[in-house]
Amino acid sequence: MNVGASRLLGYAALLAIGAAAPYLFPNYQSQMAELWLFIVFALTWDLVGGQMGYNSFGNVVFIGVGMYVCAITQVGLFYSVAEYNAAKGGGQTVFTFDVAQYLEGLALGLPLAAVSAGIVAAILGSAVLGMRGHYFAICTLGLGVAAGQIANGWEWIGAGSGMVVPHAPSGIGDTARFYYYFAFVLAVITFIVVAWLYTTRFGLAINAIRDDEDKAEAMGLPTTRIKVSAWVISALFLGVAGGILGNLKRFIDPIEVAFAGATFGVWMVLMAILGGKGTLWGPVIGAVVFQVLKEVFWTYLLGWQRVALGLMIVLIVVFFPQGILGFLRDRFPERFGHKVDPALARGAGGAAE
Amino acid sequence: MFDNLMILFQAPVITVDLVLNGLLLGAIFALAAYGMALVWGVMSIINIAQGEFVMLGGYVAVMMYWGGIHPLLAVPVAAVVMFIVGWALYRAVIFRVVDRDLFVSILATFGLSILLQQLMNTAFSGNVQIAEAGLGTVFLFDGLVTLSEIKVVAFVLAIVVGGCMVVFLKRSRMGQAIRATAQNARAARVMGINTDRVYAVTYGLNAAICGSCGALVAMAYNIHPYIGLPYTIRSFMIVVVAGLGNFAGVILAGLGLGAAENIAGFVLGAQYQLAFVFALLVVVLVWRNWRLAAKRQYLK
Repeated sequence: MNVGASRLLGYAALLAIGAAAPYLFPNYQSQMAELWLFIVFALTWDLVGGQMGYNSFGNVVFIGVGMYVCAITQVGLFYSVAEYNAAKGGGQTVFTFDVAQYLEGLALGLPLAAVSAGIVAAILGSAVLGMRGHYFAICTLGLGVAAGQIANGWEWIGAGSGMVVPHAPSGIGDTARFYYYFAFVLAVITFIVVAWLYTTRFGLAINAIRDDEDKAEAMGLPTTRIKVSAWVISALFLGVAGGILGNLKRFIDPIEVAFAGATFGVWMVLMAILGGKGTLWGPVIGAVVFQVLKEVFWTYLLGWQRVALGLMIVLIVVFFPQGILGFLRDRFPERFGHKVDPALARGAGGAAE
Repeated sequence: MFDNLMILFQAPVITVDLVLNGLLLGAIFALAAYGMALVWGVMSIINIAQGEFVMLGGYVAVMMYWGGIHPLLAVPVAAVVMFIVGWALYRAVIFRVVDRDLFVSILATFGLSILLQQLMNTAFSGNVQIAEAGLGTVFLFDGLVTLSEIKVVAFVLAIVVGGCMVVFLKRSRMGQAIRATAQNARAARVMGINTDRVYAVTYGLNAAICGSCGALVAMAYNIHPYIGLPYTIRSFMIVVVAGLGNFAGVILAGLGLGAAENIAGFVLGAQYQLAFVFALLVVVLVWRNWRLAAKRQYLK
């Protein structure tokens, strides 16, 4: 069997496992749905952070925007949003959604979430993406926290006490399973789009920006336009992912969930680095490993889980910056298609000893 | 929202009150920013854990208050304790990320910040703590403007700590070594300065400054495990506005930020005060970037 066919078989097997997973492990549906969303987070972060070299802490803004826009659309189609949020589920009006209404809300909410996150990314990106290094990282960190604080003060969307996402009517069936497939499909689409992008001129252009932006600009690349487009693309996916995440969690807290800089904002960076920054499969592997570790910490280290995560960030970043794929590539270069001259390799090893 | 803006014009006394209280707050921001400017200048590291050092210093003061010791004594004690903490963190983590990719150092200190936050949350719970110093209130303008005495004391102490640092950097041998390393680390190494030790002392000093700053915060305002990030962001912003190595600028920018923040909190409503700080950071950076770009155009 040649390489292409076995690779195709591998992809088909992965797809089959992904599709069957909720029936194989029915107790872990929501964790697995979250995993697919994490894969989307890590892949889209890596598009900008790993492949373009713009290390952003602010991508969480798009998740939050997506979450709120989707939930507001789902409610706003049928009820007054202000009334709904003021009532917090109780009050005079009973806010119920039948199956048709619920699906209509989702069908409109998720695309709107993507579009609005994209628009936000285009506006913010053209202001922010001119910065480099420290300044870009901290500025995006500021963006994320500012968005959280603004949502935290805004009465219309529930302010600090958050917003309840409409509960699924019973006709939908198992909600976690329902959204598992949304997340699964989104992750697959994201992977395909990102993988395709890296084979195009656009992929080369963002790599050129990472390697030497001034030179890329001097070669005639419209760097600003490329940078903003890359951010908008990642925002489109993150917006939808946010909409799904909000429905999965059923509750949006502006600081803890929607614009959670110290959790999702850092986790997506960590996942990409853990797997291997600037590679296609790295973020996916990183997300899987991270989600498993996170669940283990949450189960066995309750109360200390975030201490463990903080420690993990330090350890990974300090001692393992190449990530899992980078480590494997150094150990087994032939498996990654690099030709190794045995004499040279022995020489290099000898020098290191 | 704009009703409050009108009040500012109709009742200038309120404006005076806001500005004075803001300046008192601003001195504390300037102190934390001072430490960040030091570390940034000498080691080219942005220390995201800056705010957590402030928080840790605050808890030193709170613990002394619980132990029945007057919290004003905590200012030097917190400085010493935090110097040791800073030194230890440098030896454990930071020395591995100096001279590496910018992003590695940012992310490593981010990890430290989450770690310290959670440790303190586990140890002291998430509740707000105050180290009561038991001082009164100053009334100005027939009692229309009120300043609590502890805030005035904190202001004075912040200036004193900052002054001590300036003297230390200017006069002592270690201070000279620090300044030399900030100018050019390689040249300093050639001249026989142990830059690794200088880095350790610089990081320890930063933690010490933040520690005494935190003790003042715990007395004059309050402390909880999650106050860190706003202090980091403010420090970063102040250093960017003032420029690296310009310590007079750091103090002016800090005072200005304190006053601006207090007025913004009054006009926009207290719930938007932090949002104002973070949005201001973005505006400051975008403006700075735009100015740099304009300069480049001119050079072309």
